[in-house]
Amino acid sequence: MTRQMTGAKMVVQALKDQGVDTVFGYPGGAMLPIYDEIFQQNDIRHILVRHEQAAIHAAEGYARSTGKPGVALVTSGPGATNAVTGLTDALLDSIPIVVLSGQVPTFMIGSDAFQEADTVGITRPCTKHNWLVKETDKLSSVIHQAFHVATSGRPGPVLIDIPKDVQFATGDYTAKPQAPVGHYQPQVKGDIETITQLVEAIEKAERPVFYTGGGVINSGPAASQLLREIVEATGFPITSTLMGLGAYPASGKSWLGMLGMHGLYEANLAMHGCDLMINIGARFDDRITGRLDAFSPKSKKAHIDIDPSSINKVIKADMPIVGDVGHVLEDVLKIWKARGRKVNREAIAKWWQQIEEWKKVDCLTYKGSETVIKPQYALQRLEALTKGRDRYITTEVGQHQMWAAQYLGFEDPNRWMTSGGLGTMGYGFPASVGVQVAHPEALVINVAGEASWLMNMQEMGTAVQFNLPVKQFILNNERLGMVRQWQQLLHGERYSQSWSEALPDFVKLAEAFGAKGIICKDPADLDDAIMEMLDHDGPVIFDCLVEKHENCFPMIPSGEPHNKMLLGDAQATNAIAGKGAVLV
Amino acid sequence: MSPLQIKKGSSKHSAYNLRPTFSDVQETHTITVLVENEPGVLARVIGLFSGRGYNIDSLTVAEVDHEGHLSRITIVTTGTPQVIEQIKAQLGRIVSVRDVHDLTAEGSSVERELALLKVAGAGEKRVEALRLADIFRAQVVDSTLESFVFQLTGTPDKIDAFAELMRPLGLVQVARTGVAALARGAA
Repeated sequence: MTRQMTGAKMVVQALKDQGVDTVFGYPGGAMLPIYDEIFQQNDIRHILVRHEQAAIHAAEGYARSTGKPGVALVTSGPGATNAVTGLTDALLDSIPIVVLSGQVPTFMIGSDAFQEADTVGITRPCTKHNWLVKETDKLSSVIHQAFHVATSGRPGPVLIDIPKDVQFATGDYTAKPQAPVGHYQPQVKGDIETITQLVEAIEKAERPVFYTGGGVINSGPAASQLLREIVEATGFPITSTLMGLGAYPASGKSWLGMLGMHGLYEANLAMHGCDLMINIGARFDDRITGRLDAFSPKSKKAHIDIDPSSINKVIKADMPIVGDVGHVLEDVLKIWKARGRKVNREAIAKWWQQIEEWKKVDCLTYKGSETVIKPQYALQRLEALTKGRDRYITTEVGQHQMWAAQYLGFEDPNRWMTSGGLGTMGYGFPASVGVQVAHPEALVINVAGEASWLMNMQEMGTAVQFNLPVKQFILNNERLGMVRQWQQLLHGERYSQSWSEALPDFVKLAEAFGAKGIICKDPADLDDAIMEMLDHDGPVIFDCLVEKHENCFPMIPSGEPHNKMLLGDAQATNAIAGKGAVLV
Repeated sequence: MSPLQIKKGSSKHSAYNLRPTFSDVQETHTITVLVENEPGVLARVIGLFSGRGYNIDSLTVAEVDHEGHLSRITIVTTGTPQVIEQIKAQLGRIVSVRDVHDLTAEGSSVERELALLKVAGAGEKRVEALRLADIFRAQVVDSTLESFVFQLTGTPDKIDAFAELMRPLGLVQVARTGVAALARGAA
């Protein structure tokens, strides 16, 4: 049965059909008919952001904390171009997002009309797929297809560009069950032959390691459950990328901590020394591998990924398995159990002894202080005072992000939202807004640096307007900390443009928006100040003044392999040289 | 199965399966891509090549199934085996791409290109151009007293060879279509 309605009404109807309860957006001329329909209904809640980039990041936060696609509305021209950073962020982190953008009417497209931009052209390389809908009759089925594309296979952002005349015109509405999903049907089951090879390798491995990534989280809670089961049953050590934190609990006995450039010593050395690497839903990113020709030289590598283009992109996989993590792990477990649950217990015990030796290095130790707050200390206290609570963490990008990954423990998936692939400063605050909208009763904290946070500080307006009690935990070192660290490592401590001379008074800033501001600079006051933040029922800006020149360790300097880690300041100055200098 | 997902015996290069994935050897492959014929689909394919730094030696595109809204894009590209595999995988993940075939790797195929060559000259050179055109089975599709336009169909190599011969005989302009290719056999 088809129903006649306007394009604008179709948008709202299709979103309802897709089970959307919340959209993030910002109106404008080319979106007015859709906003008029939003006004005339109560099923979908619209969160008015203060900048379109924030709308996309908020939708990402919503998506990552719920597992459902996030939805954002932006207008034509500048609305769409402001969305580009968020779309690229979602593309690199494989986050399902559906963005609806307004466009000038079809008869004006190409005339350089007011607020016209070639939105599908601009967003083609930063979306998984996009559509310009020129006929109202096709609009609803395109929206349904867009949700299918965004959420199937490797998830990602999609964009639908809707000219204003298409929104006004009347056409036939196609309901979700009738809408053709198209030919896009990615493979989810892995090749059984290769899975059996992997099981054989698991049975024989002497120094195995699980290396897991965001694909486990994207595959859904069942995949994390299966991962936990297989890790417990085999007793193999497990490390994870930044994106995969929480899939295996930080309190689990096989947990090595995060790996990679700022990963833990034991995790990186386990990767370097292993004889079987089982990559589950990670993509051998350059933050992980370090120098490629010296990456884990003695291991056989299994790679489970739903995207065939991830296989053999940078590291040759000996056992490539294209499929959804959940489905593949289920098969791995089934076959491994059927063959008698064998592992080489003796060798694994020896491997763990080696790992325990590495753990003794205690790579996260830092020099404490009684007078200044060390950023690591601030995060340790935040962890201690929030542990056990229904807690979601977002971050901005930089040193604080790495410290958060190192010092906070994640027990469950979907609790950690950070910009991994693109490294988008300004991500964390709007993402925390999106998370809080999805989980109104939960504790949502954005661990931030003051520089990143200022990039989307306008979202204080959103937080206050919608009573979102997001906690902005700013580790304020008055520096672009990671840039400054690299300038120390690479450019002879010439700190070009990496400090801020005119920072706002964050307490006054909070008050100006009608929120609460807290400043803390004495380690002795820190616990009370954090408790004050947690106890306040409303948005808080917490200005935590920390050590200004603290470096983030451990660190694999660019161009070096996993076993060449810097552990402390003594090795830091001018540590990056030669071929590594051109890498970022 | 090999990581290349190629059936045994399906390749005319007998040692194809033995080549190392991460070798430095540059190979030229003809890749044929069946796409949904919708606005922007060519831009998606070309954007992939430019965005990821792959080479396009030649590219042809045209609708091949009007009712099914399908177009065929034939791309000749050069890269290491790893890059060629990446190109195919990356093409495969474009939502509007129906299927991707590497004609070079999957067995024997026929490749043809059409070229128009304008050759201007008089006297002995003009006669020689006509004589060579006959050898290459090129057709004269336009003629003036001082010039010919030859139409030549064949493999890119054959067209290269003919163009090279015409150069000293007064080659003025060349227009080439790029390669169209299909696998041999019934399937």
